[in-house]
Amino acid sequence: MNVALEGEIVRKLKPVFGYLHRNHEQIGEQTTYLGSMPYTDRLDYFCSMTNNWAYALSVEKLVGIEVPERAQYLRVILAELTRLQNHASLLGFLLSDMGAWGTPLMYAFREREKILDLFESLSGSRMMCDYMRFGGCRVDTSDEWLARAKQIADRFPKFLDEFDALILGNEIVIARTQNVGKLSADLAISAGITGPMLRACGVNYDVRKVDGYGFYPRFKFRIPLGEHGDTYDRLMMRALEMRESVEILKQALAQIQPGPIVNPKVKIRAFRPPVGEAYGRIEAPKGELGFYLISDGGPNPYRYRVRPPSFINLTVLEDLCLGHTVADVMVILGSVDIVMGEVDR
Amino acid sequence: MIGTGILKGMAVTARNFVGSYFEKERLITVQYPEERSPLAENYRNFPFLPYDGDDPHAGLRCVACKICEKECPPQCIYIVKSDDKKPDYMGKPQFYPAVFDIDISVCMSCQICVEVCPFEAIKMDKEFELSKRERFNNLLQRKEELAKPNEYYHKICPTEAAEVDGKLAAAAEAAAKKKAAAAAATPSAPSKPSPPSASS
Repeated sequence: MNVALEGEIVRKLKPVFGYLHRNHEQIGEQTTYLGSMPYTDRLDYFCSMTNNWAYALSVEKLVGIEVPERAQYLRVILAELTRLQNHASLLGFLLSDMGAWGTPLMYAFREREKILDLFESLSGSRMMCDYMRFGGCRVDTSDEWLARAKQIADRFPKFLDEFDALILGNEIVIARTQNVGKLSADLAISAGITGPMLRACGVNYDVRKVDGYGFYPRFKFRIPLGEHGDTYDRLMMRALEMRESVEILKQALAQIQPGPIVNPKVKIRAFRPPVGEAYGRIEAPKGELGFYLISDGGPNPYRYRVRPPSFINLTVLEDLCLGHTVADVMVILGSVDIVMGEVDR
Repeated sequence: MIGTGILKGMAVTARNFVGSYFEKERLITVQYPEERSPLAENYRNFPFLPYDGDDPHAGLRCVACKICEKECPPQCIYIVKSDDKKPDYMGKPQFYPAVFDIDISVCMSCQICVEVCPFEAIKMDKEFELSKRERFNNLLQRKEELAKPNEYYHKICPTEAAEVDGKLAAAAEAAAKKKAAAAAATPSAPSKPSPPSASS
């Protein structure tokens, strides 16, 4: 980013994108529908499961595919595990940006590691999961896997309590984050901000509640809301959302029943959706992630568009940073929660 | 009182530090080259071609249908179909790949080739220590390097390999039955016109 300074105060700021641009949308228009699925892992490489889900959801909308019950539960479980590990590592990175080198990040990565091990034993890869398929999921889970997931969900609040004691009550953290990088609700709505960053401003908008995609209407959970829209609210929003995710996980793991995991009517080879268009969106850990597809009846989409939360959340960076010092810019940028793979595509 | 938050944080760190001497669970790092954590059975990284029996040429299951080449998202597979045919595991004459290359510097381990293959001819390997001194020929794996015996597949993923073997055996049995039925049906058919030809 380019920053104009007056002493140490930021007077002008311009984020510069494009260093990681790799033609994701153009590649999506040239490969088959299934072939784009592994590429979506590379968008936001922290949360490949939710990326897969958003893409699968938009193709399912385009074709009108039913998803079996067990697959829906598995998707919810995996999405909430992804949210846990994304928010945990975000807290670590944000505190690392603030100068708490290493320790909080290692605590967060210790928990993230357990979730990644789960992903690895299920899908074969830690980060590039490529697990969802149109009309379901790729491989079935074992009961042992579900038991391990339950154990992680049960133990996670203990980690959150430890993390609260470790750093979230720390006076330096509070001094560095409160009243820094304030975002007003009006600006957030008009700029199209979504996800925890929007809810930190006190706007009650969560696609899980608004759209009720998947089986989310079946679960009881609350949406944490902030009040001031500053960096501290954004930080705490993640900590509180993790607790709600644990609640969803516990309910989903208790309700899941054996059954088929993929719709047998969906063809793997020679998959051609009918002519039409569809926009599927989900609440990814970073915000609303949507895929817009236009089909001309061929084996690859005519138009493949990604609505990335990181990119759109980053556009208000200048408004957040004006009048603050250079040291605060790092903290504000960290609290936006961006992954460059998704910003540039 | 100001400073209590910091002291509380320090107490957590101290508890974890001291605890790591007494509880094995708190020691989470693995000293990699000496110690290794076991790989999950579903773990995947690069594809290989399993073959039945001892001969990598005769036992190769691939029939060079090129579906994987077409479906591979980063287009890292290159196949040239053979001119002649060889019998496959069911005894049916089939083409085989004269050239089968996978550029593992391009491959992104998505295992779509495994899913689309109708012949169970390509599977995912688990070898991950692949550093090479030369980056052109060594990273382009040829058919000879990709072909690995079925026993190796059984060793790395026992459950999945057993399932695949069962499927192939069932297919071979069905094919043999069909052949036997066809053989039982055909003798009567050509035997009728044969007597006149024999007489003439």
